[in-house]
Amino acid sequence: MIAQVVFGILLIAAIALFARNLGRIGRNIHLGKPEAINDRKAERWSTMARVALGQSKMVVRPVAGIMHSLIYAGFIIINLEVLEIFIDGLFGTHRIGAFLGGFYDFLIGSFEILAIGVLLACIVFIARRAIIQLPRFHKPEMKGWPSKDAMIILVTEIVLMCAFLTMNAADFVLQGLGAEHYTQAGSFPVSAAIASTLNLSNLQPSTLITMERTAWWLHIVGILGFLNYLVVSKHLHILLAFPNVWYSKLAPRTEFANMPRITGEVKSMIDPSVPPPDPAPARTVAGAEVPERFGAKDVFDLSWKSLMDAYSCTECGRCTSECPANLTGKLLSPRKIMMDTRDRLEEVGEAIDAKGKWEDDGQSLHSRISEEELWACTTCNACTQACPVNIDPVSIIMEMRRYKVMEESSTRPALTSMFNNVENNGAPWAFGADRRMEWTNS
Amino acid sequence: MSQSLAVPTMAAFTASGEVPEVLFWVGCAGSFDDRARKITKAFVRILNAAKVKFAVLGQEETCTGDPARRAGNEFLFQMQALQNVTVLNGYGVKRIVTACPHCFNTLKNEYPALGGSYEVMHHTQFINALLKEGRIKVQGGGFNGKRITFHDPCYLGRGNNEYEAPREVLLKLDAALVEMKRSKQNGLCCGAGGAQMFKEAEPGAREVNHERGEEALGTKPDIIAAGCPFCNTMLTDGVKHFNKEGEVVVKDVAELIAEAGEL
Repeated sequence: MIAQVVFGILLIAAIALFARNLGRIGRNIHLGKPEAINDRKAERWSTMARVALGQSKMVVRPVAGIMHSLIYAGFIIINLEVLEIFIDGLFGTHRIGAFLGGFYDFLIGSFEILAIGVLLACIVFIARRAIIQLPRFHKPEMKGWPSKDAMIILVTEIVLMCAFLTMNAADFVLQGLGAEHYTQAGSFPVSAAIASTLNLSNLQPSTLITMERTAWWLHIVGILGFLNYLVVSKHLHILLAFPNVWYSKLAPRTEFANMPRITGEVKSMIDPSVPPPDPAPARTVAGAEVPERFGAKDVFDLSWKSLMDAYSCTECGRCTSECPANLTGKLLSPRKIMMDTRDRLEEVGEAIDAKGKWEDDGQSLHSRISEEELWACTTCNACTQACPVNIDPVSIIMEMRRYKVMEESSTRPALTSMFNNVENNGAPWAFGADRRMEWTNS
Repeated sequence: MSQSLAVPTMAAFTASGEVPEVLFWVGCAGSFDDRARKITKAFVRILNAAKVKFAVLGQEETCTGDPARRAGNEFLFQMQALQNVTVLNGYGVKRIVTACPHCFNTLKNEYPALGGSYEVMHHTQFINALLKEGRIKVQGGGFNGKRITFHDPCYLGRGNNEYEAPREVLLKLDAALVEMKRSKQNGLCCGAGGAQMFKEAEPGAREVNHERGEEALGTKPDIIAAGCPFCNTMLTDGVKHFNKEGEVVVKDVAELIAEAGEL
């Protein structure tokens, strides 16, 4: 009975904490500019089914793709087991699903096989980081917390799987011994083998029960802990990948979004009889007025979708490893753009939590992302093609360029010349319109 | 080839009360860049051979605004775009073809939001259609035994999902079409997009076009085919960097077809 109460309290506390932190992330995402994304719904659902559920972009790199699919399948299916653990924990029952009979055997058997698959995949993933040292895991932005984060996730998953299999192995032997409470249920293809290899049947039933209970608690406490770890780590992608793909850009990759406010201004410049548009009202965000800007100075000026992108990023670095600028040793790394955006957003979120409202801290996105990074982008969209969850770093880069150019008049000198040429000659070079037909007789 | 070409303008067409089949958007590179002018002329020879009634805007054409927009100058982009939309709508233009993927992307995807909706084709799509309709015929004999590798322009390929049209056209040449490791949706940028054409590259270990040039040369090609005047320039420079300009040529798909068809 005490165990049930403890379990109930733990469960409620873990879920409450998780919900609170998730709400905070939702609040942070909505610090961004509102943008209506709800067109082409059928296409969105099918994109989500293909890319998020179907992992279609993960398998472009087969080793990582297959390993990831194992962990992903393991995660989803083993969570059915967690449902049973919740019920057993709350009501003091044991293997409540056993009444399903043959189907239950099939389920437990599949969980065990998947658990071995997950273990194997996690070991391969650790090896890729620690032994093979794939270059994309060792870029400058991956120093410190990001690489630790990845290791914590992988080690935790290994611990969880080991606990799950230990629990089943002890359970399997106890069932064989006809121990009270441990009624015959389930099929244990992997843990039975473990039990016989380790000669678990030689142990006392009381030792086995301790073993089973310890593993059971470790497994569920680990899962609840992990649930709360999600929201402070890149592992959040397991939740956000789905909405993030649903809301992803469906327009052609190289189509850049229009800025309607500028259309009004330009129309009134071209035709003086057209009145200039009304000045855009400032938005109130977290108790502070955020002026309408051209482009993005800070996270408030980005679309909420860009902020969701930042929280969805797993830091896998497929974007960076395809980026022509990064490949040729330039400072730009699309992954770093996403990580910087998230770090800044977290910083802003923490300040709001601390003070109850937003107060300008003199910092911005530009404090983290340099002009050199911004100006290195060729807008080729190799990054958006490579991202397994359809993150769009180019739109953040573009919004930041827009701010630099239109609000700060800060650009590269050669681009200033190009602007002047386009403005004066209608061409990026200093050739006038009168020479446009020269090619016909050159 | 220095014979002058008679190229009708929209203004002339309209004055004669006729409507051209298509507007050929020449683009700034196609108008002013010496190398790109050859592409423009090759495409015009194809249009002539296919008896396509086409027109250009001539002096009324100005930059689509692509480099301005991508460099963050939305004001300048919209100044250009609204001006072009006014001209295009004024002539009642319905169909546009262009040999520049950047113009293609802007006209096709970005002008509709500013009131300009047209059917826009890249010249490789247009040539492919002419070949399929039998309006032009090419003998690939001269290319027999040659190796051609095609460099996908980001703004045509990854940007707009067009990978097949240029390849289908190139297959008419009876040459061996060899693919680079990074091709189609995984193609590597030439280094010129996003207004990089008009500035020095940011500091790094090497130039993007050298990286791409090396990869293209790795296929042991006789010809590197391009479908974009900027890619053409960048790749030509990449080939020169490895002192291969005597062995490997960089040519636009239109030039190759004009050559094969002896147009």
